[in-house]
Amino acid sequence: MSVEIIKYPDKRLKQVSAPVDAFDFKLQGFVTELEKIMRAGPGGVGIAAPQVGCFQRIVIVDVSDMRKLPARSSNNGCMVLINPEITEWEGMVMGREGCMSVPDFTGNVIRAEKIAFTAFDVQGTQYKFNSEGYEARAVQHEVDHLDGMLFLDRLVSRRADLFKRKVYKQIKKSSLPNNV
Amino acid sequence: MNKRWYMITLVGKDRPGIVAHVTHALYEGGCHLGETSMMRLGTSFTMMMMVQYAGTANALQKVLRGEAESLGLHLHIDSIEGGLHHHHQPDVCIRIYGADRPGIVAHATAALMEAGLDILDLTSDVGGTEDAPIYIMRIEGRANEGKIALQSALDIIKKEGVETQLTPVDTLVG
Repeated sequence: MSVEIIKYPDKRLKQVSAPVDAFDFKLQGFVTELEKIMRAGPGGVGIAAPQVGCFQRIVIVDVSDMRKLPARSSNNGCMVLINPEITEWEGMVMGREGCMSVPDFTGNVIRAEKIAFTAFDVQGTQYKFNSEGYEARAVQHEVDHLDGMLFLDRLVSRRADLFKRKVYKQIKKSSLPNNV
Repeated sequence: MNKRWYMITLVGKDRPGIVAHVTHALYEGGCHLGETSMMRLGTSFTMMMMVQYAGTANALQKVLRGEAESLGLHLHIDSIEGGLHHHHQPDVCIRIYGADRPGIVAHATAALMEAGLDILDLTSDVGGTEDAPIYIMRIEGRANEGKIALQSALDIIKKEGVETQLTPVDTLVG
């Protein structure tokens, strides 16, 4: 297994990964190695298998070691998520993201504030999770990798939160239909 | 000849096609674009571009002069030190808004500078109506003396009648 983090513009990062169908010792060994690579990286809160050249639907997220989690962020500890499926999204929030596969660049990305998702563990047992805040952002970032999506695909303008709302002209009462 | 970095500034009345015409002229002239900021401010279009070019500033002027004149743009070129890959990551985002009046930016940035803020990015806009304009400013920067010092500065700024908000920027690296 390659332990080098694949970096964009390597086109392999844009491919869709395949579901895991064998929950065996090989999978367990891979997950152990993947976690080591994640913890050695800058930030170290998440990693997806495609980032190390394994195009299977495996991610690890662990925000519990952050020195200071952003306010109102809870977490599920270290999550090994195999064949994860996000099933519910709630709210939208902008946050700054970077990626081990995109060095020397960070940008603002809008993500769901809260998510619900299912995933299998290495033994093949399926669990349901709820995440919010920073952890939810990390899960969405990593699951995107499984679909060949990078945070670069979701960048928003730095002026995005300054955008003015459209100003609607006041409608004269006389121009409204009678039943309004 | 080694390529050098230049900062090109172009400002003029906005019209369709400015970016395409200017960047095409640069490309045809053998320039390589680095980081850029191109945006409409009021009715003007403003461009600042890091450009790598294997010639003098005068030669670079010649590359762009014709296009700039035909588009009605003011052109300014500086030779600059350094290059790419010098990003600083912000750790704080500050929003300040309120009824527009002179001095909001000057007072706020002076107080924030005293409290240790290194501004990396500042964008502002004027919304509301012509009768009651509101000034909206968003700053990303580094809190060199901590966020508590910045919050204290914002509490003072707030007494001048503007709303302030400080949000930590926790960059996720996944």
